[in-house]
Amino acid sequence: MTSAASRLRVLEHEGIVTIEFVDRNILDEANIKQIGEEIGQIIDSHEQPKILISFENVDHLSSSALGTLITLNNKIESKNGQLRLAEIDEQIHQIFLITKLNKIFEIHETTEAARRSFS
Amino acid sequence: MMNASSSNQFTARHEVANDPARVHSIEQQLLEAMTERGYNETSAFAVRLALQEALSNAFQHGNNGEQDKLAIVTFQVNEREVIVEVEDQGNGFSPESVPDPTADENLTIPSGRGIMLMRSFMTDVQFIPPGNRVRMSYTNPGEAS
Repeated sequence: MTSAASRLRVLEHEGIVTIEFVDRNILDEANIKQIGEEIGQIIDSHEQPKILISFENVDHLSSSALGTLITLNNKIESKNGQLRLAEIDEQIHQIFLITKLNKIFEIHETTEAARRSFS
Repeated sequence: MMNASSSNQFTARHEVANDPARVHSIEQQLLEAMTERGYNETSAFAVRLALQEALSNAFQHGNNGEQDKLAIVTFQVNEREVIVEVEDQGNGFSPESVPDPTADENLTIPSGRGIMLMRSFMTDVQFIPPGNRVRMSYTNPGEAS
């Protein structure tokens, strides 16, 4: 599912699509747009998407990246799907807490815990 | 671009278009100046995020996405404090007019969190009337009394 130009590593197993980022910094507007489009296509291709996004390799993100995550979450919810976030660095987790986005995103410490949480 | 440094103070001024490579090089210059003056990774994360948000606002909102318009970035770094200013070529705005992004009814709106993050991660953030220039300061926690 990945290609040379992709900003993502994607693995689908037992109905759960796990997504990791190629970039350590999710800051650049063009990259964020591309990431949003790529994940959007994955959501479109599933009837009731179960998406797990791992931030394991991510050191930095911006409010634009948060905006893209919100748009994707809205899209997943509109298809009665489920989104989980995991492996979030402590400083990035602070961003979720400050913005109170931990209220709309289900965040797990590990990808394993996130995987088990899907219903 | 102008740069100046003394034993403890680094200053720079850049006029920058919305070009990710240029923005990245400015970020790197700022972060290197901070590292050389004893700031840790937590501080670098905070200042980098605030600069990113200020530039994003300048390009998208202040300059209204017009590619030929520039943002002016200045920074001063010493062991005690980092001061970053970003000015756009727009008409300015009132920061009070930005809705609270943490209100329940706004949580699913994708935009409007940049100013909040700047205020949260920096020591002080001032929008200078008419609002097309923001001045942000960050005090080094290791140097604070």
